[in-house]
Amino acid sequence: MATVARADVVPATVASRRASAGLWTNAWYSLRRDRLTMGAAALLLLLAASAIAAPLFAQYVFHTSFEEQDLLHIYAKPTFDPPAYMLGADEIGRSQVVRLLYGGQVSLFIGFVAALMNLTLGVGLGLLAGYMRGAVDDLITWFITTLNSIPIIFLLLLITSLFQPGALTLTLIIGVLFWTGVTNFVRGQTFALREREFITAARTIGAATPRILMRHILPNVLPLIFVLAAIDIGSIILAESALSYLGLGVLPPTPSWGNMLSNAQSYATRAPWLVVAPGAMIFLTVLCLYLIGDGLRDALDPRLKAS
Amino acid sequence: MALNTPTKPADPDYVRVRSTATIDSGKNLLDVKALKMHFPLTQGIIFQRQVGAVRAVDGIDFFVEKSETLGLVGESGCGKSTTGRAILQLYKPTAGEVKFDGVELTRLGGEDMRKMRRRMQMIFQDPYASLNPRMTVGNIIGEPLEVHNLARGKEKTERVQELLRVVGLNPYFTNRYPHEFSGGQRQRIGIARALAVEPEFIVCDEPISALDVSIQAQVINLLEELQDRFKLTYLFIAHDLSVVRHISDRVAVMYLGKIVELADRVDLYERPLHPYSQALLSAVPIPDPAVESKRKRIILTGDVPSPVNPPSGCRFHTRCWKAQQICSEVDPEFIEHEPRHWAACHFPGV
Repeated sequence: MATVARADVVPATVASRRASAGLWTNAWYSLRRDRLTMGAAALLLLLAASAIAAPLFAQYVFHTSFEEQDLLHIYAKPTFDPPAYMLGADEIGRSQVVRLLYGGQVSLFIGFVAALMNLTLGVGLGLLAGYMRGAVDDLITWFITTLNSIPIIFLLLLITSLFQPGALTLTLIIGVLFWTGVTNFVRGQTFALREREFITAARTIGAATPRILMRHILPNVLPLIFVLAAIDIGSIILAESALSYLGLGVLPPTPSWGNMLSNAQSYATRAPWLVVAPGAMIFLTVLCLYLIGDGLRDALDPRLKAS
Repeated sequence: MALNTPTKPADPDYVRVRSTATIDSGKNLLDVKALKMHFPLTQGIIFQRQVGAVRAVDGIDFFVEKSETLGLVGESGCGKSTTGRAILQLYKPTAGEVKFDGVELTRLGGEDMRKMRRRMQMIFQDPYASLNPRMTVGNIIGEPLEVHNLARGKEKTERVQELLRVVGLNPYFTNRYPHEFSGGQRQRIGIARALAVEPEFIVCDEPISALDVSIQAQVINLLEELQDRFKLTYLFIAHDLSVVRHISDRVAVMYLGKIVELADRVDLYERPLHPYSQALLSAVPIPDPAVESKRKRIILTGDVPSPVNPPSGCRFHTRCWKAQQICSEVDPEFIEHEPRHWAACHFPGV
C-alpha cells in the first residue's frame, strides 16, 4: 500500500502532548493562570464565607446581634470604638457591620439559589425548544408568552398572600418565575447551532438526541450561559430589595443588602454611610460575577487557549 | 447495441421492457427507487398552510454496487447533496425506497436506524463547519466509538491514534482543537471520524470542493487508498467533472431533482446520450492547446428553472436545443438505451 501523503502535516508541539484532554481540563488549566478571574472568585468566596460565619463574628468580634438596638447611638458615625460601629449604626442604633454580614446570607442565598433554579429551568427548556422545534417549541413559547403577559407585581401579591413571606419563599418565587429570559436566549442560540454542520455530523455517526444536546450544543451555549448567570444573580439581588420594599420579601428585622439599601434611602443625607455599605456589597458581588463569567467564557474557548 | 429512439415513448409495453435502473442482483449495496425529497413551503403566522414545495429530489432511481464509486454530478442546487442526505435518512424522504444491503431504511425506527449508521457514513464538504469547535480531535474521532460502544478507555485512545495515522496525521494530535489545523488536515479529521465505525458505505458530499487545489489531489488519493484498503463503497458527490472522471466507476448526472443519465464512466464521458450531459461535458477544458482550441462548447441559454415549479414534461426542455413538442408534454422515462447506460430523454444520441 502506498504511503499516505503527509505534505500538510506539521510536527506536534509540546503543548499538544500535554496529558490533559477535554474542554474542562483545558479550561481549568488556563483559568489557573488568569489572576483577575481567580482574584474575583476568591473575593466572592470570602464574601460568602463571612456571610455564613456572621453569627460567629457577631458573637465573638462585635458582641452584638443584628437586631440589638442602642438608642443612644442612633446614626453613629463609623468608628472602631466599639468595633461593632466600624461601619456606623442605623436609625435605631443597630450595628451596620453585623447587619451587613447577616444581610449577605439572605442576599447571596436568594441570588445564587434562585439563579440556579432559573438557569436549570431556562437552559433545559431553551435547549429543548430550540432543538426539537415543532410542537415542543410551540408549547414552551406559548407558556413563556403567557407567563410574561401577567403583570408580575400582581402575581407576586397573589402568591405572597397565599404563602408566608420570607427568604425561602422569595427564592422559590423568583426561581420559578424569572427563567423566561434565559430560555429565550438559549433557545435562539440553539436554533442557530442545530443547523450547523457538525450537528448533522453528530447525527450521522449515530449520536442520540440527549448526547447531541449535552455534548455538542450545550458546550457551545455555555459562554452565553455564563454571561446570563452573572446578569441574573445581580438582578435577583436587586429584585429582592424591590420586593422586600413592597413587603413581599424578607420581613424586618431580618436584614438583606437590598432592604438595607432601600431603607437607608430615607436617611441618605443624614447618614450616607448607611447607603454606601450595602450598595458597595451588591456592587462588589456583581462585579466579581461579571469577571468570573468573562474569565470562564475565555477559558472555555479553545481558540483563546493559553499556549 | 443500437440506440433506440422511442417513437412512442408513452407506449406502456416499451416502458415495461426496459424501464427501471435496478439490476436485481446480489451485487447492489444500495438500491434507490423513486426517491422524492420535497421541502414544504408554508405561509401564515399562526395557521401555517402549505403553499408549495421545493422539489429538491423528485423521483430518482439508481443503485450502487459493492466496492464501487458512483459519481453524482450536476450543477449547484440540482439536489445532489439532498440525495446523499436523504439516503442516510438525515432528511426523512417524502416518498420512495432506499434499500441498503436488503434493509429498507425509510421504514426503520429511530433506534434501529441509529444502529444502522455504523455501516454508512458521510464526509462533509466544509471541513470548518463539520467539526465541533469545542471538542478536541481525540474526542471528535473517538465519539463514534463511544456512541456504538466499540472501544473504551485506553483501547479507544489507541484506536483514535491509529485512525489519525491511517489518514496521514500525527497520532499525537489528539489533544488539539480543530481550529489549529489547515483545511486539508481538518478534512482528514472528518475522514478519520467517518472511518472510526468501520463503515461499508460512505457518502462523500463534495469532500474536496472547499480545499485548495494543491490539497485536493492529496485528499482524493487518500480516499482511493482507503477504498482499496477497507473495501469501501462511495457515493461521490461533486461538480468537478475531471475529479469525478478520475475517481468514479460509474457516473450519474442530475438536473433539477432528476437523474438524467447513468452509465459506466467511460460510456458517459465518451458517448453521453442526454443533451444535458453533453452540454456539461463540453464545458470541461482539455489540457492540450491544440485540442482545446478546436473544442466545441455547447452553451446553454437561460437559467435553471426553479425547483418549486419545474417545467412540464422533460425538465430540460426549456434549455434544450433538441426539444420538440413532445418534450414539453411527456416526462421521458429513464430507459436503459445501451447495456448499463440509462438516460431520460426522448431524443437521446451522441
